[in-house]
Amino acid sequence: MGLKLQQSQHQHQHQHHSVAVKVNEQTGTKRGYTFIQANRAWLPKFLLLWVMVMAFLSTWIYKKMDADIKVRRKEVLSSMCDERARMLQDQFSVSVNHVHALAILISTFHYYKNPSAIDQETFAEYTARTAFERPLLSGVAYAERVVHSERGEFEKQHGWTIKTMQREPSPVRDEYAPVILSQETVSYIESLDMMSGEEDRENILRARATGKAVLTSPFRLLGSHHLGVVLTFPVYKSKLPTRPTVEERIEATAGYLGGAFDVESLVENLLGQLAGKQAILVNVYDITNSSDHLIMYGHQNQDGDLALLYESKLDFGDPFRKHTMICRYQQKAPTSWTALTTAFLFFVICLLVGYILYGAAIHIVKVEDDFHEMQELKVRAEAADVAKSQFLATVSHEIRTPMNGILGMLALLLDTDLSSTQRDYAQTAQVCGKALIALINEVLDRAKIEAGKLEMETVPFDLRSILDDVLSLFSEKSRNKGVELAVFVSDKVPEMVMGDPGRFRQIITNLVGNSVKFTERGHIFVKVHLAENTKPVVDAKVETCLNGGSDGGVPISDAHQFKTLSGYEAADERNSWDSFKHLVSYEESRYDASINMTVPGETSQSVTLMVSVEDTGIGIPLIAQDRVFMPFMQADSSTSRNYGGTGIGLSITKCLVELMGGHISFVSRPQVGSTFTFTADFGRCKKASFNDTKKSNTEDLPSSFRGLKAIVVDRKPVRAAVTRYHLKRLGMLAEVAGSVKIAASACGKNGSSCGSKIQPDIILVEKDLWLSVEDGGLSLRMLDWKQNGQAFKLPKMVLLATNITNVELEKAKAAGFVDTVIMKPMRASMVAACLQQVLGIGNKKQAGKDVQNGSLRSLLCGKKILVVDDNMVNRRVAAGALKKFGAAVECAESGKVALKLLQIPHSFDACFMDIQMPEMDGFEATRQIRMMESQANEQMNGSGIDKGFARKGEWHVPILAMTADVIHATYDECLKCGMDGYVSKPFEEENLYQAVTKFFKV
Amino acid sequence: MNIVNQLQRQFIDFSTSLHREGFVDDQFTQLQKLQDENSPDFVVEVVSLFFEDCEKLINNMARALEQTQGVDFKQVDASVHQLKGSSSSIGAMRVKNACISFRSFCEAQNREGCLRCLQQVTHEYSLLKNKLQTLFTLEQQILAAGGSIPVVD
Repeated sequence: MGLKLQQSQHQHQHQHHSVAVKVNEQTGTKRGYTFIQANRAWLPKFLLLWVMVMAFLSTWIYKKMDADIKVRRKEVLSSMCDERARMLQDQFSVSVNHVHALAILISTFHYYKNPSAIDQETFAEYTARTAFERPLLSGVAYAERVVHSERGEFEKQHGWTIKTMQREPSPVRDEYAPVILSQETVSYIESLDMMSGEEDRENILRARATGKAVLTSPFRLLGSHHLGVVLTFPVYKSKLPTRPTVEERIEATAGYLGGAFDVESLVENLLGQLAGKQAILVNVYDITNSSDHLIMYGHQNQDGDLALLYESKLDFGDPFRKHTMICRYQQKAPTSWTALTTAFLFFVICLLVGYILYGAAIHIVKVEDDFHEMQELKVRAEAADVAKSQFLATVSHEIRTPMNGILGMLALLLDTDLSSTQRDYAQTAQVCGKALIALINEVLDRAKIEAGKLEMETVPFDLRSILDDVLSLFSEKSRNKGVELAVFVSDKVPEMVMGDPGRFRQIITNLVGNSVKFTERGHIFVKVHLAENTKPVVDAKVETCLNGGSDGGVPISDAHQFKTLSGYEAADERNSWDSFKHLVSYEESRYDASINMTVPGETSQSVTLMVSVEDTGIGIPLIAQDRVFMPFMQADSSTSRNYGGTGIGLSITKCLVELMGGHISFVSRPQVGSTFTFTADFGRCKKASFNDTKKSNTEDLPSSFRGLKAIVVDRKPVRAAVTRYHLKRLGMLAEVAGSVKIAASACGKNGSSCGSKIQPDIILVEKDLWLSVEDGGLSLRMLDWKQNGQAFKLPKMVLLATNITNVELEKAKAAGFVDTVIMKPMRASMVAACLQQVLGIGNKKQAGKDVQNGSLRSLLCGKKILVVDDNMVNRRVAAGALKKFGAAVECAESGKVALKLLQIPHSFDACFMDIQMPEMDGFEATRQIRMMESQANEQMNGSGIDKGFARKGEWHVPILAMTADVIHATYDECLKCGMDGYVSKPFEEENLYQAVTKFFKV
Repeated sequence: MNIVNQLQRQFIDFSTSLHREGFVDDQFTQLQKLQDENSPDFVVEVVSLFFEDCEKLINNMARALEQTQGVDFKQVDASVHQLKGSSSSIGAMRVKNACISFRSFCEAQNREGCLRCLQQVTHEYSLLKNKLQTLFTLEQQILAAGGSIPVVD
């Protein structure tokens, strides 16, 4: 089972394979379900799980890819931001450096030179011409440090008053820083006190304390309203010591150089130079006050991608001020379609894969379900078939039992004195009963064959007499229809063959019965020959076909008839004379030869016979031809209406033929006829063995006709051959003459001169031939010839007729033409009887029944028989029955007692043994008896003393089983344990006789 | 002579009725046929054997079936088989039929059914016994009157 499971789990493709294997091993037992089958309820859940897992997986993939993208984005942003910050810082420091240079310029030329080398004009010009060096500064201006005490003097010197940023005259302060030199772009700030602005003041103070460039926090510039910062640089009057203190610096301060950085345009320009300007948003903040970031560049309103920003430190060279640049992407991070599509496609593919797997699994489940269902149906169908066969067998058996009673009673009834009407009724009933039994037997046979239980007997039998018997069965019917029925057996066919006569008879009966049923005119012809002989026939057939074109087309007329038995066309030309004569002539030569020497074929163990049954009936419709051998199939439904029958016969026939080692085929032409041909293997029987069996099996043909000569007058060669065959069987020599004239002349000639030609004792004339010559005065001539009185015996005239009316018969007799009429179909025994009548050779025959009854008595009379049965009553009855036939009966009530009685030597001739007995049943008892006997035999043979013992042979007492059920199996069992046969209980005369004859020879 | 005729008619009628009512079948007729000069009392002998046998078997079965528990169905079955065999041997059809259904109950180990069947068998048996005794008495009478026993088909 585990192996099977593995195997079937293996793969889908293997499914069919393992299925096939399983079909073979499986017989209704529970099978191993495959993995898929076992988990079928889980399939949708598996699918759901799969989908969920895949959804999760694709989400994960999406997230991973998205994260990657974000990381890259951040990197790009940071690098861009850093780049921008660096550039800004660089540019800024360049500008600062220049301003520094300006500061040095002023200190050098304004203070160290006296008088000053720089005035407003020079400064303006210089700064204007060097403005390109400071692209970021909207302008530079120099404010001088003026202490309040010097204010008056200063104002006087310059000719203007110091003003505040608001352009009002400056109030009194400690210190002032009025602009004295300015670039043209910022000339509007001249005379303004830089220290009046809070920012600037702070800046100035910080700048002179540190000596470095300092920056203001961003504010709106006066001119452009751009955001900007002011850069302030201190200018010292004197050279400072290397490490100046703050006080020293303040002391040395002469003025301040300032410039306004337009940060906004600065950054704007800067960004304009760089790629990806559009992509990112840049904000620059002054973060000196960490709680309040002042924006220097960029929009305060927060658009763009808020989620991701990058901060870069800016160092503008003022340690006090801290600046930072914050970059953001202009747009929010775009949805990453790659990730999305990748994940989605992955999901879709997985979904499809999952669905395909699911579909496949569902399909497998379905297929397996179907398969199991089919198997169940198959098992059921087989069971039904078996049940049908069993039912048939049982029912047939059950019907047979009472039917046997009916038939037996009818037989008894017929033995009593009955009036002719009563006899007729009883006979009819018997015939009907027999027909019914035959039908039931057929059904039983069919069932048996299907169950494979039919076994073939192998006993010697005379084929010819069986054929005669079968024909005689149908003679009445065929005669009424005017159909000619004939049989021909090739001489090469051995007289006795080994086989199953009953089954052979059944086959022939079926085929002939069918033919009779369906034939309304023409003939039915049974032909038997050796299968080896078919060769020349086939050749001949070909020949006929080649040159027989005109033959087939000739209408049925007196002149040109088909060369078949009756002259009607037959379906298969094999039996027409053209081919038949080959066979006959071939056989003739063989026959002549074989008189003195053995036929070479006889040495072989078996002989294959070919039997054909030809009719000129309605034929089988072409469409029905392929189901002829199927049970319960007739050509069409109207067949059974018109002709009756069950349609089972041919199928049984086929089975039987196959059991006999042959095969059956047929040729059929609608409205022309059918020819069924079958072959069958029979054993040859040894001469010695059949000489004694022959007597019991076949009726002996009288030998009193041996050597008689006959002339058969028949124009149809096939028919003549048949007639001759029958005569030959009686040991007569027969010649064929084409017409009465020829026959007569032959006789006449012979009459005058006893030449080499035969002198006929009998002349057999076909009726149709006689009728045709009747008027021609031929009969008269014959009569004359007859009356002329020859010296020797006149040949007897015999008329052969299929049917003859009384009038015709009278006429024929009155004309003195015929001495008797032989009605067809011919049988050797019937021909013999007729000829006996004509020739006056006496041969009285006993009625069969008396012979049998008497012979049973003669068989059993004086025999000592042991009856073994545990049932007292049965014992008594059996004993009574056997005593009635004159046997001396002894009884034993158990197997053990029987064993004791049968201790060797004993004087019993036979033993009837009940099978079902307590302690030791019949089988066991028989086995022990046989063992005992074989021991005795061995001793006897071994010692060789008792050579002259009364019993020639060995110890072997015939033991017959007595049983109420006559099932085949029981019979087999009987034989197996050494019994010789069985009789049914209660005894039936016939049965008993059959069983007993085997052992007691009269 | 008249008496003989009458007796013979009576005999025929009676034995036909036996057949018709199914007490005996043709096996009984066969049995009658076996009786001849050599064994003039064959039928009576066999039938009385049968009755003895029958009584013994019925008693056996009744005893076996008395047990409320652990009935030896095998033994009962064997007895029924015996009875069936002998009844079919002498052609006691109704007894035989009763035996057949009896056996099926035995196989099913159905004590109730067995008891019922036993009753039926006993009933059939006594009926048959009466009938056959009547028949034999008639035979005796015919013989005593100097007539011959007619053969009934």
